[in-house]
Amino acid sequence: MTSPQAATPAAAPPGEDDVLVRVENLVKYFPIRGPGLLARTVGHVQAVDGVSLELRRGQTLGLVGETGSGKTTLARCIAGLIPITSGRVIFDGHDIAGLSRRAMRPYRRDIQMIFQDPYGSLNPRRRVGSIIGDPFAVHHTASGAARKRAIQELMERVGLNPEHYNRFPAEFSGGQRQRIGLARALALRPKLIIADEPVSALDVSIQAQILNLLADLQNDFGLTYLFIAHDLEVVRHVSNQVTVMYLGRICEQGPKDPVYEKPRHPYTAALLSAAPAADPDAAAARQRIILTGDIPSPINPPSGCRFHPRCPKAQDLCHEQDPPLETKPGDAPEHQTACHFPVQPGEDLTTTSTIAAADASAGTGGEGSSLTGGAA
Amino acid sequence: MSLTELEFQGETTGSGPVQVIQGRSPWVLAWRRLRQDKVAVASLIVILLLALLAILAPVIAAWVGHPPNMPYTNQGLSSTGLPVAPSSTFFFGTDDLGRDLFIRVLYGAQVSLLVGFVSTLIGTVLGVAVGMMAGYFGGWIDTVLARSTDAVLAFPYVVLALALAVVFGPSLLEVIVVISFFSWAAIARVVRGQTLSIKEKEYIEAARSIGASPMRIMVLDILPNLIAPVLVLATLAIPTAIVFEATLSFLGVGVQPPTASWGNLLSQAQAFYQTSWWYLIFPTAFLLLTTLAFNLLGDGVRDALDPRTERLFAAQRKRGRARSKGAKPAATVEGAS
Repeated sequence: MTSPQAATPAAAPPGEDDVLVRVENLVKYFPIRGPGLLARTVGHVQAVDGVSLELRRGQTLGLVGETGSGKTTLARCIAGLIPITSGRVIFDGHDIAGLSRRAMRPYRRDIQMIFQDPYGSLNPRRRVGSIIGDPFAVHHTASGAARKRAIQELMERVGLNPEHYNRFPAEFSGGQRQRIGLARALALRPKLIIADEPVSALDVSIQAQILNLLADLQNDFGLTYLFIAHDLEVVRHVSNQVTVMYLGRICEQGPKDPVYEKPRHPYTAALLSAAPAADPDAAAARQRIILTGDIPSPINPPSGCRFHPRCPKAQDLCHEQDPPLETKPGDAPEHQTACHFPVQPGEDLTTTSTIAAADASAGTGGEGSSLTGGAA
Repeated sequence: MSLTELEFQGETTGSGPVQVIQGRSPWVLAWRRLRQDKVAVASLIVILLLALLAILAPVIAAWVGHPPNMPYTNQGLSSTGLPVAPSSTFFFGTDDLGRDLFIRVLYGAQVSLLVGFVSTLIGTVLGVAVGMMAGYFGGWIDTVLARSTDAVLAFPYVVLALALAVVFGPSLLEVIVVISFFSWAAIARVVRGQTLSIKEKEYIEAARSIGASPMRIMVLDILPNLIAPVLVLATLAIPTAIVFEATLSFLGVGVQPPTASWGNLLSQAQAFYQTSWWYLIFPTAFLLLTTLAFNLLGDGVRDALDPRTERLFAAQRKRGRARSKGAKPAATVEGAS
């Protein structure tokens, strides 16, 4: 597992210029309306609740979490596709949260998205050339023959045959379609690319191709990635920094290696223990931490630490007080954990918990597979 | 980038003549499927023939030598003053005033097709615009537009047509206005539903993330995906409009005599059905044939445009089928009355 961004100095302390995107205390609640014409708001889905993070130039931040943890909502908030409830999104020194569509326009060129579904993200009624050329048309950067040449260069760059310019998306495979989406995202030479589970819909062999292409493009264009995935190994492969989300909050974040090798949050530890390992000996030696229950409803999240109902280490303090995201003693300075009782190195969570022990017999493989998600 | 450009050129020139790869558009594929459908092709031929006859009606009238409103009191009426039966002089016989029924039916086709196409066109453009805006923008815009659509659909259209005829006086324009006014709502409702589902697609999100304006998204990303269902709806709306026109004219609030229309021909013919069968049969047959051809063509268009990827279409199809079933009996009822 070599990081494709080995050339960039990951260890250097971040200066202000180094940070491309700074998200401060971002909150996104979706109102739930009652029935009827003049519906009242009866509640909120607390999709993202007070998330702060930094993306450094030329690096990749991996965002991990179960389905429903708010990863995609966070990505869409950063991309300015949905208005945020509160907080700030500072892109290249400018607060872009809450900008109107017109005011947001210049930043659209710098922030592009790659989507999960290679079938849904391309309009079936438009030709590939028109899809990839859309950014040029919207921003009036190239037209006519110049646009066509730029589009074909992009197609070439992402590994598509430029002669397929006039084809329809239906004539391409999933991997090729993802390349088309990538070409569209690259068209305006963005600074940030938000990749929302870009490979989870693809075959494993195709996943590697796309991941390598993403790494090459990052080197060539100096791109910054926000990489969302539920596959932990994929995130480990591509990321410099890792952020683990649970129910709209960050439970652990930091440089990749400390988080993967010495997870401090019980949730991170459980996720890592559930991920399939390539080495069968390592897989056999490892104890899987089985979490009971499902992710609670974000409409009515648990009090205190949001993970406490499923946490093997939960104590009274956990459902009374919300743990701050802070560096725990003995950790690297950027490795932060939101936990009252962080996991000690070498601690065996499979035996710590009374809840987990009681439910160990009831706990089925289904729990584990829900954690590993598409990786299984 | 210049390097890749060079590579690209080298590759294409190296492999002999440049091969132009042109994907077949969904429309080309649909047209191919439509051409395989014998019923649809036959319907299309019938409609084109009818349109040709309608357009050439003045030429045919001149050739036969019978202007549409000329009463032939000597040859065209029997000794007892009744219409004469079809003959080599009067192909479809004559009407109660001794006018050539064949020529009048052709002129009636002009009215029917004109009303059918023009009011469907107006209704479709209006319906697509309203439905797309309601679906895309949502919120209060949707509330206002969707409620107006419901209000129009709930309106008793014959009553409104009668009222308008009284206020403005019955005319061709009035007929077109009334029919357009009632045909946009059904299309708007379907378009709104389709837009609601299309706008959740990731490619719309992708267009928004590029910075495309709502107008651009609606025209370039949503509209092309709406054309298939709208085309089917419009094809099926034409016979409905034709029958609607016939109904209005039959009731005397549509196209007024002496201008011939299938509706007012039927209205005049009903007094003579015992003595002069041709007077009733020919306008009825033409009305029936026209609505049947349009309905069958609509079915064919729907089948041709039904690619397996379009899951949305299943519901659409059922609705459309119910609609076409509704339209066909209406035509026969019209003829029998």
